[in-house]
Amino acid sequence: MTTELPVLTAKDFASDQEIRWCPRCGDYSILAQMKKVLPTLGLPREKFVFVSGIGCSSRFPYYMDTYGFHGIHGRAPAIATAVKVARPDLQVWVITGDGDALSIGGNHLMHAIRRNVDLKIVLFNNQIYGLTKGQYSPTSPIGSRTKSTPLGSVDFPLSPLCVAIGSEATFVARSVDIDIKHLTMVLERAAHHQGTSFVEVYQDCNVFNSGAFAYASKKGEKEDNVVYLEHGKPLVFGKNRDKGIRVSEMSRPEVVELGSGISEDDLLFHDEQAAEPSLAFLLARMRHPDFPEPMGVFRDVKRPTYDEQVNSQVESAIETKGEGDLEALFNSGDTWTVE
Amino acid sequence: MSSTEVAASQSASGKKVEQLESVVIRFCGDSGDGMQLAGTQFTNVSAAFGNDVSTLPDFPAEIRAPAGSLSGVSGFQLHFSSNDIFTPGDQVDTLVAMNPAALKTNVIDLKRGGTLIANEDAFDKGNLGKADYQSSPLEDAEELAGYRLHKVPMTRLTRDAVEGLGLSQREADRCRNFFALGLVYWLYERDPKPTEDWVKSKFSKNPAIAEANLRALRGGMNYGFSTESFTVHYEVAPARLAPGKYRKITGNEALAFGLVTAAKLAGQHLFYAGYPITPASDILHELSKLKNFGVRTFQAEDEIASMAAAVGAAFAGDLAVTASSGPGICLKGEAMGLGMITELPMVICDVQRGGPSTGLPTKTEQSDLLLAMFGRNGESPMPIVAAATPGDCFAIAQEAMRIAVNFMTPVILLSDGYIANGAEPWRVPEMSELEPIRVEHPTELNGEDEYLPYKRDEQLVRPWVVPGTPGLEHRLGGLEKSDISGHVDYSPTNHHHMTEVRDKKIAGIAEFIPKQEIEGPDSGKILVVSWGGTYGAVRTAARRLIEKGESVAHCHLRYMNPFPSNLGDIINSFEKVFVPELNNGQLSLLLRAKYLVDAVGFNKIQGKPFLVSEIVEQVETLLESNT
Repeated sequence: MTTELPVLTAKDFASDQEIRWCPRCGDYSILAQMKKVLPTLGLPREKFVFVSGIGCSSRFPYYMDTYGFHGIHGRAPAIATAVKVARPDLQVWVITGDGDALSIGGNHLMHAIRRNVDLKIVLFNNQIYGLTKGQYSPTSPIGSRTKSTPLGSVDFPLSPLCVAIGSEATFVARSVDIDIKHLTMVLERAAHHQGTSFVEVYQDCNVFNSGAFAYASKKGEKEDNVVYLEHGKPLVFGKNRDKGIRVSEMSRPEVVELGSGISEDDLLFHDEQAAEPSLAFLLARMRHPDFPEPMGVFRDVKRPTYDEQVNSQVESAIETKGEGDLEALFNSGDTWTVE
Repeated sequence: MSSTEVAASQSASGKKVEQLESVVIRFCGDSGDGMQLAGTQFTNVSAAFGNDVSTLPDFPAEIRAPAGSLSGVSGFQLHFSSNDIFTPGDQVDTLVAMNPAALKTNVIDLKRGGTLIANEDAFDKGNLGKADYQSSPLEDAEELAGYRLHKVPMTRLTRDAVEGLGLSQREADRCRNFFALGLVYWLYERDPKPTEDWVKSKFSKNPAIAEANLRALRGGMNYGFSTESFTVHYEVAPARLAPGKYRKITGNEALAFGLVTAAKLAGQHLFYAGYPITPASDILHELSKLKNFGVRTFQAEDEIASMAAAVGAAFAGDLAVTASSGPGICLKGEAMGLGMITELPMVICDVQRGGPSTGLPTKTEQSDLLLAMFGRNGESPMPIVAAATPGDCFAIAQEAMRIAVNFMTPVILLSDGYIANGAEPWRVPEMSELEPIRVEHPTELNGEDEYLPYKRDEQLVRPWVVPGTPGLEHRLGGLEKSDISGHVDYSPTNHHHMTEVRDKKIAGIAEFIPKQEIEGPDSGKILVVSWGGTYGAVRTAARRLIEKGESVAHCHLRYMNPFPSNLGDIINSFEKVFVPELNNGQLSLLLRAKYLVDAVGFNKIQGKPFLVSEIVEQVETLLESNT
């Protein structure tokens, strides 16, 4: 970049609107980390657009002093796709939740991802409908007792990451709302990826689903329940880093104790860039309490983006046919003259 | 009826040549028989010859219904004339029936004494059975007594014509439509050259098929020339259209041209989001060919996404458009409301078809007017314009976009299956005739030290600032906004105020659009009020009545919301208001509500356009009851 940009700080991205999330909501932390990440990206403020759907998470754009669009339930990926295609110079973020993205908006999410539109999608997963005051969501575990499931839910839950991987996502990651350093790292990685970045953030709804992810966020617990992914490194976890994930002959993951004949070399080594998504899928299916849940970047591969390709078709059409000429267009086909 | 004989002479073949003023032909056959193609080719050569033309394609919703069945019949009607015409014609002068099912379903529209050309090879036991004929109607002296019947063994003659080209029998039989076309070309003295050129270019990669179709075409023409069955053929002189350069255009083509033109005039990119749906898909097809005009087309995952994308593109500063038909417009409703409350410009085209639900996908209807008016939650007024003819789609598309950007609002454009697929000669416009479209994307603050996204001008229009503009960062969304600041605001008085402001802004468009014009006297007994695609039939009917000296005038609406500001005065100048519509009385309802007028409806909901004769008849009945 040739022109010097003003140095921005997190404060420059705070809007003048009063934040109306419940006290101690996990969203606050995500907002704070986002404000920290944006100034590091080398883009002026006007180049950021936040698009959201409906739900608690979707109020996010109002609290960012960037361009923002608070859409309708589930449709943010479709709105954002058009913004990015129309204005490829903008960095477009989609803020969504488990109900917004996976229930009413499942179709749009899937298609934005498979097209590889250059969007940064952050899904706040709290396994509950918060804004409508506590119904179970598509990610709620079986048996969840909520306002709409007093006897426990019987719906089998979706894994957001499995949906993204199944939709051929080129960037898939997971983090936890209050794991400040890790979340910042994941958001940064998402921002730098070219194509759809899909980030699931475990977010605590302390009013309707308090502590749903305590196992993965609480100091003293998370060490045994989470495994941090690092590209090219073995999957080691545990308070004493004495446990690991090995892939069995049946291609199934298994938890093993290090020592007594098993060394780190026997473990599963993470490869974000694997051409096939099967490793990412295997990792995404590791669920608590049977396994430690992976955190970090599951997959980061390259594929041409949709917006790039749409715009390059336009450019090459202009190159080969010349800039559109209305007169020539009107006169195309068979014409005749009436005197 | 239209085909008036004006003169007779002899042609080179020694056969009599009669001069006609206008002719209606219908090609009909199985949906795999290539009838749409034959009709389109006849239209093209007639238009290129200088006739005025109007067409009515009529095809089944199924791509391939069972062969030979009644439900699988596909037809293409065209009216060509040496005069100005507005409709594809009430009754058919010449019917080409490729099989018994086609004959059965279409002969009712053939006028008494009309020419019937039937492919007698297709009248075998199997096909007769599928059409519920006990025996061949071609052999029944009484059944078709009222018509000039020509039994032509088209299958056999086509096979003979293409012999030696190494075609399979199936391939050979697929050339039958060109044989039929050739015969009708001879009958009406058409120059086959444009069709021959088309065949050569279409099948340039398959010379055997090209040659086969050319031979079939020639075979048909030669058959007319040499067989004794045909003793007369006809000439229809070129029409006396307004001077200028012409081309043939369908409604969907004209709509696509209009949208591209609007974008070019505005100096903006066109962003078109759509999902495949009959009869609107051709707009997407046309626009996706025009990428060198800077057009971005987005075939979305569904109707909702295409509407949401239009909203996103408008937010980003593009001229955003989506098109669909009734079922799709229903799905778009929520996102249309989002476009409305965020006050962003975009055009939503509804190419209406028979409803409700999936309804009659390939048939025409005008039953989405009230959907366009009221089909959203909350108070959500939107301007509505309606195209009158295929060619008018060009002008109305630009007008829709002009209103959208001038007033920062989604605009609904109503077309219908009849004008979308129908074709007519279109005078190629001069660039200087096109009215400019002005778009402004402000880059300066409009408040003391802040940007106020809902600060309005004297026409209540807010500014269109686009993302990427430094210092003007702001948030839009579906929640109610405080006027001026644009902050989320649920307060009772603000919501009441904003509802009124949005309503006033749309109502104010009446001052911007042209005053309503009428054909006929300024006052009198009956005012015929029509809208949209019924223009041709109603205008023709009204002219006939006016020429007869009846006290009738015709008012055709293109602006449906708001209505032109003088419409009330016009209505009050007549004793009765007669409203023919291809629905169950939707415009009548609006006129009654707005002008407290006892509008008399004439409603046809049969998937077919009005006949001129039925409008004339209804008005005459009303005139009688009036006296």
